Amino acid sequence: MRNAYLLLALFFSQQAVAESASSLLKKYELLAKQENAAFVGFAADKGERFFHAERLHSDGKKVSCATCHTADPRKPGKTRANKVIEAMAISVNPQRFSDEAKVEKWFGRNCKDVLERACTAQEKGDFIAYLLSIK
Amino acid sequence: MKKWLQFLVLITSISATSALLASGGFSDNSKQAMPAVANAKWKTECSGCHMLYHPGLLPERSWNKMMAGLDKHFGENASLDDASRDEIARFLALNSADKQDNRRSNRINQSIAAGATPLRISETRYFTSKHDEIAASTFKRKSIGSAANCVACHQAAEKGDFSESQIRIPR
Ligand code: HEC
Ligand code: HEC
Ligand code: HEC
Repeated sequence: MRNAYLLLALFFSQQAVAESASSLLKKYELLAKQENAAFVGFAADKGERFFHAERLHSDGKKVSCATCHTADPRKPGKTRANKVIEAMAISVNPQRFSDEAKVEKWFGRNCKDVLERACTAQEKGDFIAYLLSIK
Repeated sequence: MKKWLQFLVLITSISATSALLASGGFSDNSKQAMPAVANAKWKTECSGCHMLYHPGLLPERSWNKMMAGLDKHFGENASLDDASRDEIARFLALNSADKQDNRRSNRINQSIAAGATPLRISETRYFTSKHDEIAASTFKRKSIGSAANCVACHQAAEKGDFSESQIRIPR
């Protein structure tokens, strides 16, 4: 009986995780519509290209999201100070995109670090859609 | 000397030595080590990109300067909301090297010139004097990265423990 409760609890927590990433996507969808009246939706393949796109930073170094998060989001990455970053793919790391404040904090920092500007809601949504699509 | 007397002397000296060892009588660790400190905000916000640096490693003026420029933190953007930043800044100041009485923090503090406000522990004179036998190429190893990655060699660095029994340099 106790096992059944455990399984039930596990089931609901897994549900909750998938749900929080998708409810976050809904929020970005509303924002994206405000940014662009012609918004048609988020696309995992655009998110994939965004994740890998290398850009020449004004400090002279080439950077992309993959610089720290590695080219394969199922694998752990590394910060510039050599600390491990847990995998970004939601199938591997269900904690990802479950805490809105944390997500916004890191989009805020990392977009400025890589793009030297804030990310648009479209870019954030495509990015999450890509990381949700990885099995 | 009689055989039994020799034996008695041997036994008493062994037990005296172990008692001394057990009591830590050879060195006074209590004032050497940095005290345990805790703050939940500090722990989550200052450990995302690197190890957690004990506040006793830098003086208050260094932490204040660092916390006032988090948007340009060693080439990265580590900015925080104002409430989190203020709480962490207060915690760091309260437990900083010049507010503590342990030998390690005192030495670090003394090695910094009064007019200087270093942001790196790894650039203080105390640090360089303790690591002058380590080659620059060792710090650059893939398993280490830089001198700032204390925890690669000092297993208990996040607790502020840099004692020699806790050192292992990775290949
Ligand atoms: C300089 C290294 C670095 C680069 C480059 C980088 N990130 Fe990150 N990112 C991090 C670190 C460190 C974390 C937090 C680690 C953790 O929570 O495990 C993080 C976390 C995140 C998170 C939070 C996810 C969650 O829910 O936990 C998002 C979103 C994110 N990054 C987006 C991006 C995007 C988009 C790019 C490219 C524009 C990017 N990152 C490039 C280092 C980097
Ligand atoms: C976005 C990533 C990021 C975050 C978040 C961050 N740091 Fe850093 N920090 C760095 C980088 C990068 C370095 C340089 C590391 C190197 O040289 O290898 C650094 C270096 C340091 C150093 C100097 C280490 C030395 O002696 O060389 C201290 C001290 C420090 N950080 C404290 C903090 C504190 C306190 C916080 C929380 C308020 C914090 N950091 C949050 C990225 C970050
Ligand atoms: C490459 C490995 C390595 C790194 C990285 C490293 N250390 Fe050390 N550290 C050592 C070694 C080895 C010694 C012992 C040197 C000796 O006894 O000659 C030492 C000694 C020390 C001591 C003196 C210990 C004692 O009781 O005498 C302190 C304090 C210390 N390190 C602090 C730090 C701090 C703080 C950092 C990060 C900012 C750091 N170390 C980074 C290897 C390292």
